[in-house]
Amino acid sequence: MSGFQTNNAVIKWIEYRLPIFSYVNDHLVDYPTPKNLNYWWNFGSLAGVMLVVQIVTGIVLAMHYQPHADLAFASTEHIMRDVNYGWLMRYMHANGGSMFFLAVYIHIFRGIYYGSYKAPREILWWMGIIIFILMMATAFMGYVLPWGQMSFWAATVITNLFSAVPIAGEAIVSWMWGGFSVDNPTLNRFYSLHYLLPFMIFAVVFIHLWALHHRKSNNPLGIDIKGPQDTLPFHPYYTAKDLYGMGVFGVLFAFFLFFAPNYLGHPDNYIPADPLVTPAHIVPEWYFLPFYAILRAIPDKLLGVVAMFASILILFVLPWLDTSKVRSASFRPVYKLLFWAFLVDCIVLGYIGGQPVEGVFIVIGRLATALYFLFFLALPLIGWFEKPKKLPESIAKAVLKEDGGGGGTPEGAAARAEDRG
Amino acid sequence: MRGIAILAAAAALFTAQDAFAAGNAEAPKSVDWAHEGLFGTYDRAAAQRGMQVYREVCSGCHGLNYIAFRNLTEIGLTEDQAKVVAAEYTIVDGPNDEGEMFERPGKLSDYFPAPFENEKAARAANSGAMPPDLSLIVKARPGFENYLYSLLTGYGEPPENVELMEGMFYNPYFPGHQIAMGEPLGEDAVEYADGTKATVDQLARDVTSFLAWAAEPTMEARKRMGVKVMLFLIIFSVLLYAVKRKVWADQH
Repeated sequence: MSGFQTNNAVIKWIEYRLPIFSYVNDHLVDYPTPKNLNYWWNFGSLAGVMLVVQIVTGIVLAMHYQPHADLAFASTEHIMRDVNYGWLMRYMHANGGSMFFLAVYIHIFRGIYYGSYKAPREILWWMGIIIFILMMATAFMGYVLPWGQMSFWAATVITNLFSAVPIAGEAIVSWMWGGFSVDNPTLNRFYSLHYLLPFMIFAVVFIHLWALHHRKSNNPLGIDIKGPQDTLPFHPYYTAKDLYGMGVFGVLFAFFLFFAPNYLGHPDNYIPADPLVTPAHIVPEWYFLPFYAILRAIPDKLLGVVAMFASILILFVLPWLDTSKVRSASFRPVYKLLFWAFLVDCIVLGYIGGQPVEGVFIVIGRLATALYFLFFLALPLIGWFEKPKKLPESIAKAVLKEDGGGGGTPEGAAARAEDRG
Repeated sequence: MRGIAILAAAAALFTAQDAFAAGNAEAPKSVDWAHEGLFGTYDRAAAQRGMQVYREVCSGCHGLNYIAFRNLTEIGLTEDQAKVVAAEYTIVDGPNDEGEMFERPGKLSDYFPAPFENEKAARAANSGAMPPDLSLIVKARPGFENYLYSLLTGYGEPPENVELMEGMFYNPYFPGHQIAMGEPLGEDAVEYADGTKATVDQLARDVTSFLAWAAEPTMEARKRMGVKVMLFLIIFSVLLYAVKRKVWADQH
């Protein structure tokens, strides 16, 4: 299968025993990629880079951090003040988490817009959701480690969610805590798991890529690759495009890291954890706010928890809820509208998640929660009555036509974002 | 790129929680700080005066746990000056070879000693209130420097409809408007060595500058590196864009 050729005797010797050179060649060099990918396709590799940044900075931080309730806060300050470039490592890790989520959220919404979850990519999509869930667990436990006020109370609020489980709830919660409240045993196990989970993410990323490379990338047109005329080798075309994207994303990352490192954080987390003082408002990091809003939109604790988990788990059945055979929203006028409404709804939920549960915020929160689930429930119907636009014959034909016609990718924003060379 | 900007703005919106986090407290006054902005550095003279305010006014009740005397060279003291400051404190050390704790003058490696033995002692001496450690105070309150400055200069008589609890003072910038700390700064509360007139406003600015440094002593190094990294990344991205165009030229 491989187009890999060499005359180098050493490489031949290794290749015969471990086909690593042809493997790299097949997956990073010759790998056939649709020629029409736009810049929204950059965020997968960006998320991968952020995972590596988090693992590297995290390992360095672990060399200086003390996972003990009496020492954790002080050791974090020790990293900030006394460890050489400790401030750089910590701010990179803290803001890197936000950047990782930003990249992954864009990546997920890109998948939803272009129907990347549809056959034959359902398992690829599942692996993505599993990565997302693992990321949320990792980020939550990581946020607890500095042992500030918000760390402690976020841990208390989130672990308490499990007390909503009928009958066994209380037992489950004290099992998770390793005691009768969030305390040193909780911190210890969160630290252990926070170190473990990123490597599990890494493994699932490989399965994600395995599935991707088996059935190849989706593309903005959402039509299948029909032959070599539709694709380009990954290198140099997409290595060049991904690297450029990394540079631009790096500027955004560097801006937060160097000039607003605490902007995405909360001042209360610079107060050492105090089990006797509850902060006025307990808010999670920005990337959890939409789910936090759904949790709090439901007045019943158990149902709120169920709704919150359902809002994530429903993504697993998205490939079957969406009954349309057409992948890309570019050819689905009704779905496209619904997509943008869904995106706005998620942002509204995020805003509500950061507000206190009172007055008009309650009403908006409930409406937005209902709309969130309505999006998924409406999908089977839309697939049934929507009249999709005519699909192009092939990627190659669409690309040629577009170059002649002066840029007519179906989706306006994507077309402008995309460099047309 | 427009999409990224929109998403970044959305992310920024999510964090606009400070407005309610401060409860019913008044929005802090806005002050221009020398250490703000991309190139801002701490005002050394103000920070040194602020250290004097901390030592003579605040340190009776508030600790500064994370600042060692060696750190003082970062706000412009010479090593000898920092040693003199350290030696003015008595540090409990030990146990010595006889197993006894003993007192000695402070050294550069010592930290500012805490004003109270423990939290219980602190509360007992302050009618139940706990004076917080000031090392991180600027980063630990919504409003940051402006909040601290406003709090220090914001004391006043309570409005007629407000009844203060016993031993509390009126300060509209404090959440709940009632604070256990009495007005700490008064005209000429300290005598500045450099002749600066010690108005309440000046004292508040100076001690806030000092505590801003205490909260984040690595800020200057961070910004210096940040400017270089940003410049590098911007130029590098432009080059990568050129490479990308060149690579894709045969496809368009």
